[in-house]
Amino acid sequence: MDYADYLIQQGINAISLGSLYALVAVGLSIVFGILRLTNFAHGDMMMVGAFSTLLSSLAGVPFLWGIGIGVVAGAAGGMIMERVAYRPVRGAPDVTLLLTSLAVTYILENLGILVFGSSPKNFPLPDWLDTSWEFRDGALTFTSINVLTVALTVVSLLFLGWFVTRTTTGLGMRAAAEDMGAAHLVGLNVNRLIVAAFALASAYAGLAGVLWAAQAGVVQPLMGFTPLLKAFVAAIIGGFGSIGGALFGGYLLGTLEVAIVAFLPDEISPYRDPIVFALLIVFLLFRPGGILQPNREEKL
Amino acid sequence: MSHTIRTRLIVAAAILLAAIVAVFGPGLLGDYFTRILLLICMNGVLVASLGLCNGFTGVFSLGHVGFVATAAYVNGILSLTAEQSASLLPNLPAWLSGWGMHFLPATLIAGLVTAALAALVGLPLMRLSGHFVSVATMGFLIIVNGVLVNADEFTRGSRTFTGVPLDTTLPWAMGWLVITLLVLARIIYSPIGRAMRAVRDNAIAARGIGINVLRTRLLAFVVGAFFAGVGGSLYARYLGSFSPATFYFSMMINQIAMLVLGGMGSLSGAMIGVVVIGTMTELLRALERGFSIDGVTMPPLFGASQIALGLVFILIMIYRPTGIAGGREIVLWPRTSTRPAPSVEEAPSRN
Repeated sequence: MDYADYLIQQGINAISLGSLYALVAVGLSIVFGILRLTNFAHGDMMMVGAFSTLLSSLAGVPFLWGIGIGVVAGAAGGMIMERVAYRPVRGAPDVTLLLTSLAVTYILENLGILVFGSSPKNFPLPDWLDTSWEFRDGALTFTSINVLTVALTVVSLLFLGWFVTRTTTGLGMRAAAEDMGAAHLVGLNVNRLIVAAFALASAYAGLAGVLWAAQAGVVQPLMGFTPLLKAFVAAIIGGFGSIGGALFGGYLLGTLEVAIVAFLPDEISPYRDPIVFALLIVFLLFRPGGILQPNREEKL
Repeated sequence: MSHTIRTRLIVAAAILLAAIVAVFGPGLLGDYFTRILLLICMNGVLVASLGLCNGFTGVFSLGHVGFVATAAYVNGILSLTAEQSASLLPNLPAWLSGWGMHFLPATLIAGLVTAALAALVGLPLMRLSGHFVSVATMGFLIIVNGVLVNADEFTRGSRTFTGVPLDTTLPWAMGWLVITLLVLARIIYSPIGRAMRAVRDNAIAARGIGINVLRTRLLAFVVGAFFAGVGGSLYARYLGSFSPATFYFSMMINQIAMLVLGGMGSLSGAMIGVVVIGTMTELLRALERGFSIDGVTMPPLFGASQIALGLVFILIMIYRPTGIAGGREIVLWPRTSTRPAPSVEEAPSRN
């Protein structure tokens, strides 16, 4: 195996991982942009999506339809979450919003444990997805899950781009993110826009959950926790609240994580997560608006 | 009788009562209630110290448990005898191994280590505000956890760290709780404490009247971390064996729920939260294990107590974000000059 193959292989891994981070981070940023809510419960919509797909495929629904069910279930979960928990505290100080979302995630994760049990469940894949291709005598491998992940990410992000630039609801969401009061003044139904934002964000989380489970081969109630924390880092690196920034941050973080494991010595690479979160702190201190908007200030 | 003398008498009576409970409690209450009281004391130390920074300076830290974890491991390592560290942690550097240190000095050292760590971490982080400081301190907690999991030669990694002597008895826990509350009350109801509340309610105005915002926040963070270290030490020698997962997100959420339910912005609030949630969790444990009444059998419901805790937490955030105490202290003989501290709700939001 020569070095070029190794680089290409790591590149495939980075794009695949980065796609998942981007899908989660986009949802975080949509909601943060409008409500200034750091939504810890966003990761649990991954759990909702993945378990819905699992249940539907156990019931005999074809896998592609199952993915759709996972996405819809995620969106529905997000809308319920907004109505029950976040609408009553809307407009409260930042910290109240953040604490509410911590409570929501605590409830959802324990509800997941209560319903499904805490042990990981097998995530069955159809045969056509359970294949991998090898090139150059096995030096390069990619699985059909990698391909599906990247393809679905690209399609869904193109849809997002169309949605926020071409549809009334999408434009309204961007207006509300810019200035909620003004959006209300010009006659936009802010309540509906916020519900739409949660539905959209959580649908992306649901999709990410299904793909994450497909890559890992298992689902479990706490599966959304680590990706959520990583998505925070991705969103903040890219500029919290910006959709493009979240995508950029997601792929950057995926690349960085793969690079840490692939190129750093074995004594350092287990410290991948501490390195990533140290990077988060550095960004919060020196570039709180992210790489793309260096001028935003959030300090004392 | 002047106010000061009266206050001192009340404090002295409270200390005496605590001492009586601590000495005679275990004999009178039996093991079960002694354990609950012990947990309340330990959590009291942790939540009161969490409240110093989060309730009084307006910097909502999610990293407190990072200090608890650090202290638990420091105390644990210092407590091991030479044979124990040879078998448990064969690669431990010589200067750290075989101390077999007594509870009190080990606790003080652990507290000083966490205070120093807080000074180091706080110097950059206390410049941040709002949810940015929350996310950054959460990052700190994750970093501490990642280091504990990976620093095998010091912590046995994610495997259980065992062999810590079970020294935490009720007198120790109660004693530390009294010291914590006395020191924190002394700070909070002094000019420094006033500066902290000023910083919380309006950082710009506080700076305008000459308060050093960074230094004020940093002081609260460091003192809070010292007592987090004390609480972590108590936990280490109460559990005897623990792993990095013991001191992670679920502990953090538990403590924040206690603080928020009782009410940030007063020591009474912190203690009310600890007692209410401590009692509630114990009652719900019965439900979780499953029970049968008159032949009707309830199956065990794992996670039910956490779900109930989360629901209470949300209801508090919606209907009474200032918590049960609402920023007030419980004073037995109210003085005319005692005014409730301004609530968190009144603080201007940063939108």
